[in-house]
Amino acid sequence: MIVGKSIPRIDAADKATGRTKYTDDLCAKGALVAKICHSTVTHALVKSIDTSAAEAIPGVVKVVTCFDVPEHMFPTAGHPWSTDPSHQDICDRHLLEKHVRYYGDDVAAVIAEDEIAASRAVRAIKIEYEELPFVLDPEEAIKDGAPLLHETFPNNILKHTEIKKGNLEEAVKEPGLIKFDDWFETPTVQHCHIENAICFAWEEGGRIHVTSSTQIPHITRRCVAQALGVDWGLVRIVKPFVGGGFGDKQDALYEPLCAFLTTRVGGRLVKLECQREETFANCRVRHAIRYHIISWVRKDGTLVARKVDCWSNQGAYASHGHSIIAKGMGSIPQLYPCENVEINGWTVFTNIQVGGAMRGYGMPQVTFAVESQTEDIARKLGIDPLSYRRKHVMPKGFVDGFSKNELYYDSFNETLDLGAQYIDFERKFKEYQNQTGDIRRGVGMSVFWYNTGVWPISLETSACRMVMNQDGSIQLQVGETEIGQGADTAFSQMAAETLGIPFEMVHIVSNQDTDVTPYGTGAYASRQTYAAGMAIRGCAEEFKKHILDVAYRYTRMQPYLMDIADGNIVRTTDGRVLMSLGDLSLRLLYDMEQNEHLTMEKSTQIKSNAYSFGCGFAEVEVDIPMCTVKVLKAINVHDAGTLVNPALARAQVQGGMSMAIGYALSEKMLYDPKTGKLLNGNLLDYKLSTFMDHPELEVKFVENPEPTSAYGTKALGEPPALPLAPAIRNAILNATGVPLYELPMRPHLLFKRFSEEGLI
Amino acid sequence: MYDIKALYEAKSVENAIELMKEHPEAKIIAGGSDVLIKIREGKMAGCELVSIYGLDELRGVSMAEDGTLRIGSLTSFSHITKDPLIKKYIGVLGEAVDMVGGPQIRAIGTIGGNTCNGVTSADSASTLLAWDAIVELNGPEGVRTLPLEEFYLGPGKVDLKSAELQTALLIPKESYENCAGFYIKYGMRNAMEIATTGCSVNVRLSSDKKTLERLRIGFGVAGPVPRRARKTEEEFKGASLEAGLPEKIGDAVLKDVEPRDSWRASKDMRLHLCSTMTERAFIEAVSRCGGEIPEKA
Repeated sequence: MIVGKSIPRIDAADKATGRTKYTDDLCAKGALVAKICHSTVTHALVKSIDTSAAEAIPGVVKVVTCFDVPEHMFPTAGHPWSTDPSHQDICDRHLLEKHVRYYGDDVAAVIAEDEIAASRAVRAIKIEYEELPFVLDPEEAIKDGAPLLHETFPNNILKHTEIKKGNLEEAVKEPGLIKFDDWFETPTVQHCHIENAICFAWEEGGRIHVTSSTQIPHITRRCVAQALGVDWGLVRIVKPFVGGGFGDKQDALYEPLCAFLTTRVGGRLVKLECQREETFANCRVRHAIRYHIISWVRKDGTLVARKVDCWSNQGAYASHGHSIIAKGMGSIPQLYPCENVEINGWTVFTNIQVGGAMRGYGMPQVTFAVESQTEDIARKLGIDPLSYRRKHVMPKGFVDGFSKNELYYDSFNETLDLGAQYIDFERKFKEYQNQTGDIRRGVGMSVFWYNTGVWPISLETSACRMVMNQDGSIQLQVGETEIGQGADTAFSQMAAETLGIPFEMVHIVSNQDTDVTPYGTGAYASRQTYAAGMAIRGCAEEFKKHILDVAYRYTRMQPYLMDIADGNIVRTTDGRVLMSLGDLSLRLLYDMEQNEHLTMEKSTQIKSNAYSFGCGFAEVEVDIPMCTVKVLKAINVHDAGTLVNPALARAQVQGGMSMAIGYALSEKMLYDPKTGKLLNGNLLDYKLSTFMDHPELEVKFVENPEPTSAYGTKALGEPPALPLAPAIRNAILNATGVPLYELPMRPHLLFKRFSEEGLI
Repeated sequence: MYDIKALYEAKSVENAIELMKEHPEAKIIAGGSDVLIKIREGKMAGCELVSIYGLDELRGVSMAEDGTLRIGSLTSFSHITKDPLIKKYIGVLGEAVDMVGGPQIRAIGTIGGNTCNGVTSADSASTLLAWDAIVELNGPEGVRTLPLEEFYLGPGKVDLKSAELQTALLIPKESYENCAGFYIKYGMRNAMEIATTGCSVNVRLSSDKKTLERLRIGFGVAGPVPRRARKTEEEFKGASLEAGLPEKIGDAVLKDVEPRDSWRASKDMRLHLCSTMTERAFIEAVSRCGGEIPEKA
């Protein structure tokens, strides 16, 4: 078995020795440098732009402003396109904006011989604005008379949806119900991938070529073509190695603008690289979502009814829009099944930067809200939180009517067993209650809900190509992308497994090029081992069948008497090696009678989805006078089905846990209420957690093979980021008795809450 | 790519002064961990620089005959942390500068730069101030010295005259003898952090370890520039080490500090932290000096 082995990453040596080529490494010398002139106001109409001083700076080649770009609008979200106009992403972007909708919006761009000339020119551009009032909070933005961002969206509502089930009004009349009525606040945060957004573009052969650090080359091609108003085939996107994306690069970021700029300078090579400050202020962020959850509960903890209102702060443009909050809304009546629910969610435009995809896609927000209230319910009812969850969480056998997802195993209890045991939860939870003193300890937990891929909301598809070399090794190509998570290694293991060749004989073509790479939508929705897995297995099985068919010519054995094992054609009846794949491939390619180049390509649509569940536990130490929290121990336990590569899976989970610790305790983008400007858009002032802030990150797995999956796999990319924030919140509650309703639980919040509760 | 108009590399302190006289608009660059950031942000774009980074004569820690500790202005944070003289006599300074940024910044950042940038949050500043450090300056008029406290004029402003260069920080023997200290940096994370507020306390105890002979408290981010808690220091000079003393000192410093509200932290929170940090740093400093504060009855 090759699937299931912790094979070292195929890109490890090159990455460790600095040989791996990222986008910037591939940009030819002599490229022109583009820099963007960002607005220094939050909401305004651009009245005029004086570019004369900028154009006079030596080295400046061209200044392009919002008055020079096409009038039509385009979408940016990294979703599969839909042929149903009502399901298409919202087109609300221009390449440069005359109507500035957030502080830092793109107003003009400079193309220069070098970075210094470009920067000087950006500073020399003079812009006259007609300032408009702005609004930063979604509940304010929704009110009548609030500043309007987009004329076609009254009250700034991008979308409102409702989930209604049972009869809430009647259900809450049941005598003896206990009502929990809480508000939860989550922050705007940024992905902080190491490699900033970067791309370069040039024209050649009458087409526009763009090399970009993106998770979604095929989707980006479509977005670029839409933005420029050209046929989609006239655009080519190349995706080299990527230094992290976490969803930020699941969006067309500056590829459309860069592609446009090259057309303004006769197709010369133009590079557009975001500085770290631009990654913070001008790329995408995770939506801040506010929840108001009212739950009516019986004394035994049974949820009788639940009413949820939630507001997602979309920022200035639609990007991924309502999909984010909708995913969380859908999870609520599934994670803790409840017969009577009314869930309303609004995605609202405001004058902050644009919310897009970020690891977890709405689930970190809702998991914090729901799992915090779950803890409060258990606490108030005097039920220990572990037993409460075991009793009320989604049971084995649950089937969701819409997605047809099914919980085939007792995943929750199995993962809870491992997590509770590691943290010694039951003993410590009791021991830590009712502590006194300045320094107190606590344990907390959270379960999580996730699914895999985007079916049935959107198209799920992946395509795979295998090309055999004369030595019997193959090139493997898929549209699904390596962005640092280890996808290439997992894909190679899958191909080797099904085709029956050694792992070393699979040469994956890591870099996608939309001119040659089979269609795949890319890295998002924790879909790749599931979706690409099906494409790889389907392709490998057909390829194998074809190889055995042609092997007949040399072996004279019936195909059904042969198999491929360890790179050889073997006779299944007695296990004899008949010939190596290399011999076959070589003879066939140069066969003067009837030659053939062995290749196979297969496009696979996926019409299933899979639940991916588990839990997290944390132990914390709270220093009450100092208003600080130290995480002493943390564990995530996942049932992600079969693990293709356990060592990589473990690393993936640890990365997610690290992000969750920052989300829990320190990360928050702060906007000046007076100006709308982002205050802490750099790696010093934005408190990304460091490894000095982490305990040992423990990871355990339950491997229940997913029945619908080609290799038994299901989502593991995003779920790791879900449980720790609420687990830490619940651990602080266990330690101090103080419930928190807001992230991050940074010293500012603890100072406020401990003061209110009289602890300091 | 940095937008620098010209870079003049000084060959000696005298040469540096000459270069600054020749190029009055030029700024001094040492390790560059502040200057390069400002250039990148555009604030100092197109500037002229006089680099003193090659002046090894300004590097290292030494002791004069009278026992004065001399820290050359170009000495890096990581050097200070590892230096045997610092470890022996004012270990707390080595600990304080070990909390600056990350390893790369500590290797390039200098103690001279950390004080000449006039920043209230500088990790070295509160400790140097609490140990009555003296600044040595060299300029066209020759060498002069002044207490670090007087060197600070306002946020980002220090008493550097035209073409003048800071060459050393001096800690007199009287300042460190029989004395021990403790620094607490309050940040929002444990590395790569700028102090939300910082507190450096050092004490000298009587020979029987029962009485507080001298108390010195330095703060960062408790005012526009690093500052001392002079009133509190005076009030508790000669106090007996008795139960409740740390809390009293912690409360007392509130009249010495004047932090402000900012988006980084509220005034109330900083005031609370000033008290808490003083209390804790005091307990640690006493313990390092061989003293013990009795438990409350």
